[in-house]
This record gives sequence, C-alpha cells and structure tokens, in this order.
Amino acid sequence: MTFLEFTEGPMFYLAVAIFVAAALVRVIGILRIGKKPDLAPARGSAAMGFIKGNLRHFLPRAGFAQRTWMHVLGGWGFHLGLFALFFFAAPHILFIEKFTGLSWPALPRWGFIIAAEIAFAGLIVLWVRRFSDPVMRLISDWDDHIGSWLTFIAMLTGCLALQEAHDGLRAIHMFSVNIWLIYFPFSRLMHAFTFVLSRGATGANYGRKGMNP
Amino acid sequence: MSETSNTAQIAVDTLVNQIDSDIASYLEACVHCGECAEACHFYETTKDPKYTPTYKLMPLVKVYKQHKSPLRWVTQIFGGPEPITEEELRDWEELVYDSCNMCGRCTLVCPMGIDIAGTIRKMREGYAAAEIYPDGLKQARKNVERTSSPMGVTEKALLVQVGKQEKETGLKIPVDVEGADYLALLSSHEIMASPEIMGAYAKIFERAGVSWTLSTKAYEATNVGVQIGSGPLAKQLVQRVVDEAERLGVKYVISPECGHAYGAIRWAGPNMIGRTFDFEVMHILEVLDQLRAEGRIPKGERDSRKMTMHDPCQIVRRGGLLNEPRRLLDESCSNFTEMKDHGITNYCCGGGGGVSANPRAEELMVGAFGNKMKQIEELGEIEAVVVPCANCRGVFEDGLFELDREDEFEVIGLAQLVADTLADDPKPAE
Repeated sequence: MTFLEFTEGPMFYLAVAIFVAAALVRVIGILRIGKKPDLAPARGSAAMGFIKGNLRHFLPRAGFAQRTWMHVLGGWGFHLGLFALFFFAAPHILFIEKFTGLSWPALPRWGFIIAAEIAFAGLIVLWVRRFSDPVMRLISDWDDHIGSWLTFIAMLTGCLALQEAHDGLRAIHMFSVNIWLIYFPFSRLMHAFTFVLSRGATGANYGRKGMNP
Repeated sequence: MSETSNTAQIAVDTLVNQIDSDIASYLEACVHCGECAEACHFYETTKDPKYTPTYKLMPLVKVYKQHKSPLRWVTQIFGGPEPITEEELRDWEELVYDSCNMCGRCTLVCPMGIDIAGTIRKMREGYAAAEIYPDGLKQARKNVERTSSPMGVTEKALLVQVGKQEKETGLKIPVDVEGADYLALLSSHEIMASPEIMGAYAKIFERAGVSWTLSTKAYEATNVGVQIGSGPLAKQLVQRVVDEAERLGVKYVISPECGHAYGAIRWAGPNMIGRTFDFEVMHILEVLDQLRAEGRIPKGERDSRKMTMHDPCQIVRRGGLLNEPRRLLDESCSNFTEMKDHGITNYCCGGGGGVSANPRAEELMVGAFGNKMKQIEELGEIEAVVVPCANCRGVFEDGLFELDREDEFEVIGLAQLVADTLADDPKPAE
C-alpha cells in the first residue's frame, strides 16, 4: 500500500469515522445537558426567534459596521472561499463521486484560484489579528492557533495538489485533511455546527419576549 | 495541581448546576473573535482588553471544560484546565460585577449570538453562593433582609411619602386594597427620590378609571437577588410579591420604571418560583400604552421641549418593550428626537446590573456614562431626557453631578411625562 493509498483509504475512513462520531457526541452532549422549560408567558414565538436569531447574526447590526468591518470581511471571505473550494474544486467533486456516485459542475480553474485567494486572505487576516490585536491576543488560546494552522495547511497542500501532477503532493494534502478531520470535533472548529445552537438559543429566548437582538 | 478551597468548591458546584444546554452552546460556540469588545462601553471607554465581555466568562469556561463539556475525557488527556482556585475567582470578581451591566449589547455584535449578559447572570450565582461579591451589594442585601428594600425603605417611610403625595395632588392613593385590579410596585429610588411618581399614577389611574392599589407588604420591585446572582434571595423577593398579589386578588401586577425589576418578575419570576402566576405582570409602560390605545387617558398639550429618550437595556433590548415608550412619547412630546444608537442598540447608562449599588465601580460607571453623554451631545441642545428607569435616572443624576453638568437638561420619567401631559386633570376623589 502506497502512502497515497493509505491516506485516501484506511486513514481517511478512520478520520471520517472519528469526525462524524465525535461531532455527534459533542452536539448531542450539549443538547442532553438540557434546560428547564420557561414558565413565563411568552409574548412572541420561540421557534421563529430560533430561526431569526440564526439569520440575524450572519451580519452585525449596521451601527457596528465601522468597528467590525475587518472581521466581517475576513470572516465572510474566508468562509465563502473555503466553502467554494470544499464543494466546487474539481478534484473534490471527483473524490466525492468515487464514494457516492454524486457529481455536480466544478469551478473553472480561474474560479478556483479566486476562491482560494479570497479564502487565504480572509484566514490570514483573522489569524494575524489573533496576535496583533490586544483583545484577540488576550482571549486566544492554543486551540485557536492550531485550528487556524491546520486549516491553512489543508488549504495550502490542496492548492499544491491542484495539478494532480504528483501523487506525493496529493498524499500530503490528504494526510493534512485527515489530521484536520480528526482534530475538528475536539476543537473550536466545531463552531461550524454549534453556531446554530448558540444563535438559536438566544434567538428563542428573545423571540419569546418579542425581540430579535 | 492547585488546591481547591471550600469557597472555590462551593462556587464550582453552583456553576456546574447553572450550566444548561443554552450556556453550553454559548461556551462551545465562542470563536474568540473579540467583536463583543466593540459593543461594550466599559471596553470602549477604557480600551483595556480585560473588559472584553467574553473574557469575563473565563472562570465559567474553565469549570465547563472540567466538569460538563462533552468529550472532556478525551481533551483532558491532552491537558485540560487546572481546577479553579478561590484566588482566580476573586481576581475575576471585578469583571463579573463592576464592569458588566448585563446590558446585552455585546450579543448584538456577536457572530455566534452568544447571550453573554445572561451567562454573566448565571456566573454570578456561583459567586454569590461563595459569597464573593462587592460590599455595596452585600449592604443592599442586608437592607433587603431587614426591610425588603435595598435602600432600607420601610413601610412607614412609604406611607409618609404616600401621605405627602395625596396632599400634593389632592388624590387618594389606595393602599392595601383587596380586590383592586392592579397592584403597583415601586422602586426604592422612586419612593425616596421621585415620590411624585405615586401622584402621577394616582392622576393617570383616576383619569382612566383604573382600580389600583399599593401594598405595604410588597411595595418594592427591586430584586437585589437578581443583581447579586443569588437565586434563593431572588426567589424569596418574587415570592413576596406573588403572595401579596394573590392575597389581594389582583388581576395585574405593574412593574415600575425600573429595568431589572421588570425582567426579574416578568421573565424570570415564574421560573424562580416554579409556576405561572395567577395574575399577569405588566410594565407600567405597557399599561399606559394600553390605556392610551383605549382612549382612557387622552393627551393634552404636548411638552414642546426638545427631548430624547434613553432606552433602559432591561426594558427595551432585554425586556421586549421597544415600541410602547415611543408611542407614548409621540403623544406626550412634540419635539422628540432619537439618539444615533437608540432602541435595541442603545448604550446602557453604565449603572445597570448592580453596578450603581457598588461604590467600588463608580469610576468605571461614570466613564461609561460618558458614552451616554456623547450620544446626547450629538443631538445638539437637548432640554430633557426621558429615562423610563429609576435606576438609570439615579445614574444620570450621579453622572451629571460628577461631570459638573447637572444643569444641562432635565431627567424625567416617562409615566411622569404622561401624567404631566394628560388632557385635563381629573376631579379630586372624595
């Protein structure tokens, strides 16, 4: 078995299994802590609040734009770029097709490069702020930095493997992705799932009061 | 490994019990982006990163990771947090009590929508159980245990003020009337510093034909238990009101112009005593808005002074009463102007969440109040600021005094303004 076969075979299966199982345990674990029913008569709908809360926090309110623009641009750039790379890079679609038989149109090469540049720019801006901004420096921990670096390495090795000219480069990319998948559910990267719970909890609580902060 | 003292253990045990799935989702979702600092007036006025709202939660985060986080048995293999010590808890006390008004402005800017104010409220439960909280609040607690009022206002003092207001207005102020429709609560600040509010209620309710009463057993709306974070004390104070309201057989309990008092009885109250009430809780602004809508308190000549309104956080952003005060202002004031950040995004006065009862935090509070003044200055010459919260009014008065700007504008309550601009005075009751 070559290193590439290992990273695309047993190691990948193991990484996905750990990712899925641990992510489920974590999300279900949060929900299982439970909460007492709210006995105060509601003025509005908690369910609508849950949905509104989730949508409302994609962007901060207009009044804060001047103070938060760097984070908003960096955050949106990184997440949208990563999303485009993850789901629309031609090699990713082929890889998914191999396992599921599903396929969809891929980004053209120029599209991949633009998406990658935006994602890298966003990630670098967010990471540089972690040590250059006094607030972020104070509140950041190792988990934040490891998560940023693993994501950066997975993206970088993906770009290097884009040509699919060398098995070695592809294997390095798959290896870094597998490590990222294994690290993900134990780290703050889980915000990709927990944001729904967090925004939803606040949205529901405020929704009952007829508010949507 | 650090040794956990008994005090720390009490705090940890209480904090563990406070963590429900909402709190867990908040602590799990925070990505340490620091945006919350940009919404916090304490950070804004000091630029000290320690006032970043999410940083204030660190002791709770530690407890969560150690005792409650799913998968902690895996993450702790790679080095989980050390047990929290009493020293750490005490180090954080200033951040938990002095520099958080629990105003909830940080939630607006949080990409994860984390309710940091609500989480601080839960955190204070641990601190209160371990008796680590400011002396000012300890004194307020003693006063409450003695008199039910954080300022030590007694039943006798209440009745003296009631008598004076009856004399001043010529109207009867009902006390301990069984079978009245409404039981009006007051705050200590109102009873002692602005007793005219009782006269204003008498005038409005007389005009509207509302059957109401005050109570000598439950006159105080302020709930110091909520500010301290003491669930048992908060429950006891809510129970006192519930018992009296049910004894009198009222249909409604009116929460006064006091921010946290409204949240304490309207939103937290039933959860504290573990059942719904036999009566409905309404804020005085809701009652007035309803009476106006029903045409029972017709407007007279509106106040023509240039006015703006300070939105109390616990009534507007966290209480849900955004439009009621504005509808009342439309009919009471002819020259009203909004601040740049108003309504949901308004700044706290700086003294909410028990900060105004904590002399140690005065410098921070006055600094934060400076932010409020900047908002008002941006509007040009303002003649009066409507502040529908007695605690906020107290902070305005203290802040203006400290800044030597007492004469710049009048600070007025909204119910008072409504009473002052009624169509015509009702006839004095016999």
